[in-house]
Amino acid sequence: MLANGTTKIASKLAPTINDRHLLRIYDSAPFKSCEKPMTNVYIVGQRVSKLAAAEKATGRSKYIQDVTLPGMLHGKILYSKYPHARIVNIDTSRAKKLQGVRVVLTGEDIPAIRMGVYKDNPPLKAGKVRSYRDEVAAVAATDPAIAEEALNLIEVTYEALPAVFDPETAMQKDAPLVHEAHKTNILKMPWKLHYGDVDAARKEAAHIVEDRFSATWVTHCCLGTSGSIADFDYDNHLTVYSNTQIPSLAQKDFLGTVKALGLKNRRVRVVKPCIGGAFGSKLDTYAYEHVAILLAFHARKPVRILFDRKEEFIATSTRQPAIMDIAQGCDENGKLLFRDITMILDNGAYTSWGATTPSVMMMPISTLYRVPNVRYQASCVYTNNTYAQAMRGYGNPQATFAIESSIDMLARAAGIDPVEFRRINANQPSEVSPQGFRITTCGLTECIDRVAHEIGADDVKKKGEGIGYASLIHVGGGARVYKSDGCGTLMKINDYGKVDVFTGATDMGQGADTVIAQLVAEELGLHIDDIHVIHTDTDVCPWDVGAHASRTTFIAGNSALGAAKKLKEQIVKIASQTLDVDPQQIELNDRMAIFREDTEKNIDLGKLLRKTHFSPGGNMLMAEYFYDPDNENLGRDFKGNLSMTYTFGTHGARVKVDEETGKVEILNYVAAHDVGRAINPMLLEGQVYGGVMMGIGYALTEQVQLEKGEIMNPNFRDYKVLTAKDTVPIEAPILETTDPDGPYGAKGIGEPGCVPTAPAIANAIYDAVGVRIKDLPITPERVLAALKRKKGIDSCGIDPLTEKEYDCT
Amino acid sequence: MSRQISFDLNGNETSLEIEDHWTLLYLLREKLGLTGTKEGCGSGECGACTVIVDGAAINTCLYLAVEVEGKTVLTIEGLASPNGDLHPMQKSFIENGGIQCGYCSPGMILSATALLEENAAPDDDEIKHAIAGNICRCTGYVQIIDAIKRTSQPETEKVKVVAWQSDTGNK
Ligand code: FES
Ligand code: FES
Repeated sequence: MLANGTTKIASKLAPTINDRHLLRIYDSAPFKSCEKPMTNVYIVGQRVSKLAAAEKATGRSKYIQDVTLPGMLHGKILYSKYPHARIVNIDTSRAKKLQGVRVVLTGEDIPAIRMGVYKDNPPLKAGKVRSYRDEVAAVAATDPAIAEEALNLIEVTYEALPAVFDPETAMQKDAPLVHEAHKTNILKMPWKLHYGDVDAARKEAAHIVEDRFSATWVTHCCLGTSGSIADFDYDNHLTVYSNTQIPSLAQKDFLGTVKALGLKNRRVRVVKPCIGGAFGSKLDTYAYEHVAILLAFHARKPVRILFDRKEEFIATSTRQPAIMDIAQGCDENGKLLFRDITMILDNGAYTSWGATTPSVMMMPISTLYRVPNVRYQASCVYTNNTYAQAMRGYGNPQATFAIESSIDMLARAAGIDPVEFRRINANQPSEVSPQGFRITTCGLTECIDRVAHEIGADDVKKKGEGIGYASLIHVGGGARVYKSDGCGTLMKINDYGKVDVFTGATDMGQGADTVIAQLVAEELGLHIDDIHVIHTDTDVCPWDVGAHASRTTFIAGNSALGAAKKLKEQIVKIASQTLDVDPQQIELNDRMAIFREDTEKNIDLGKLLRKTHFSPGGNMLMAEYFYDPDNENLGRDFKGNLSMTYTFGTHGARVKVDEETGKVEILNYVAAHDVGRAINPMLLEGQVYGGVMMGIGYALTEQVQLEKGEIMNPNFRDYKVLTAKDTVPIEAPILETTDPDGPYGAKGIGEPGCVPTAPAIANAIYDAVGVRIKDLPITPERVLAALKRKKGIDSCGIDPLTEKEYDCT
Repeated sequence: MSRQISFDLNGNETSLEIEDHWTLLYLLREKLGLTGTKEGCGSGECGACTVIVDGAAINTCLYLAVEVEGKTVLTIEGLASPNGDLHPMQKSFIENGGIQCGYCSPGMILSATALLEENAAPDDDEIKHAIAGNICRCTGYVQIIDAIKRTSQPETEKVKVVAWQSDTGNK
């Protein structure tokens, strides 16, 4: 199970910035790349440095904080002082009089604009507020300090309304309604998946476990805070500079706001500055972006809104919290028979992508391991809390926490080793899951084995030490959540053989640009620094549905490859004409068109292109390609092959629990993934390490603490993002199964790193000290309380985080 | 109140009038256009705003500009040599995957540089301690720590197997 020769060589020759073009390492057969395209590659598989890394390392990169426009004003937003209240009156007269203030807007001043999947969220609220996060008024002024001062001068009179913060309470008949017009707090989103016969399977099962798990609010904590600049030109065409992961869809949202302003037939251009982290947070448009547009329209000047850290915590969205009831059963031999899950999701006051996370939760629920009978139902419930969004893994980490904790309990109930139990039920290549997922390549069993081996499953454990496992499935070949799962690429090559690749993809640090450049360089026989990837501007970049679902390497990669192949054809054609040889005989390599029969004829690409450009009746080489994969939308029954391929993985944690303090120490962590093929192992490992550390935070330390709807810890002192001191030894073995549909065999790997982390750790804690923590995060207080309870000391008492009585069973 | 201050900024004698309440972060970013210094929290909790003052890494968001009088300030813009050659720490971050979104990178690189100036061969714990005030949400720190180690210690010839091929998966 070691790497074959190819990958070993690849890893030895980590290219440095200065010699990264010296990538032709298969010197035994340098010109035979066509014969064995999957193994005989030069740049694919290399640890190429991130394309923009030097810009970032020298402080040259421009983030939204660094972009200014001439005459730009500074916008600020006033938020609600109540979780639920009627707005009786807003007096903006004093704010308007303040010197330097240009525009003051309230919900009454703006046209009907509705954001979010459910269109229930106006960018400025009129009539009533439904959460502390509600935007009540906005100001544009010549200086941020003046804008801030103006906010203080706005007088809002509220009449408090009864509020509801607990989704189970909100579901009751007499609960205060968050949206009266909706008549109920339960969203009309029928998240139901059912196949097989769960009730019959339950009767048949030899072992059954049943329990309730919960996952709380956590947030992205992108180090670069959010911000946006809106700028109308003289003709009211709009440019928006924004940190978005969805340039094409944001363009549509912003166009909606432009139309609502009564402007017909206008263009919207979205420009992405360098993004300081995203992790799903930028998959929707937010109030501040629309407010910047409204302010800019009224001011006739560009307006920038920048969030500070507190605002970033309060006014951007969280991961979807969930209360999860799960039952699973297996037969005597440990074969899973059924999985029965009911969830309640706190939707918060408005509806963004958080409410659609059940669609992704269905994936692990139906297809993490083979389960013949499945029933799943989820209700999203309005409350007066903050609302949730997409966050790395998109519901998968929550569902996997419940499933994999429960799997561990079931294995123990059946008296089967947890590793063996997972092996028995592991998905296999070339099978279709009952939800309709067509699994092509699948290395789950190998991942399980590899993790068990590396984590030292057979080593002697000291007192207080334990090992836990959890696996994952995630979409690895796009995800058809919209009608399209497409991405476009445009490509041109200049006089010097340098290629400009215009892609719909978005790089937010994960390395999309670099992976695309590697694929294109590989295909065209160029060096990595011959490729310039442009992904920042809707005026020049083609359409794409966004950087979600770990889809970019697969989808944008295939799109770039498609365009590169077309461009290659053109180059080969002109080369064959110029050299007067059969196109079949020509290969592109090392910046040359190569003619194998007579190497004297080999011609430098730049020279060839100049000849083509500078000739009567000349020619210009460009290619375009739109890749929309053959995957399927989920049907009304929520079945369908959502993705072209699926990424699998297993994580293992070795922990030590201090029984005195409840503190959990991770001694060692192994995260093995079947990635299809590693286009760039260094960047791939970066995704895994970053994901795992985010997952460890999710498991152990992170929580947005809401008290009656108010966020109590909107800063890095009290919201515990892990620091370098919290790092643990992580191994990230990469399994290559070479997916038939992936670009050079690759699958997506952006999200999986944080998916099974929490259950792996929770299972390790159980293995160590015999207590099962079912609520995230697993704080020392919770562990200690559970330990006391286990020892029969009735001091379970009050959960220090929620101040609710804590159930330690 | 405003006053005149003089200090060495990235090797250049700099003299200008400032307001007493300005932070160094404000001075660098808003008045001098040195936007390589980032703001991530504005309250000393993230390290994105780190620069080196008289050899020590400090958070500019909490550091008053008046305090740099007579001192030497090094920002990320001044770290590469004047001919453009990258500082070994920058190079190592680039080559070892220490940079993803890059928002933490200027501060992180400067914290690491200040550490090595003081302690040429720090061990893992010393490295982690030195960058504990620099939050990175993207990398999980693994490749950052690796990058710092490779700058400080003689690189050991270590062949890392990064991939293994599935026997059964390739159908
Ligand atoms: S901005 Fe100074 S420490 Fe965060
Ligand atoms: S690279 Fe994004 S915060 Fe460090």
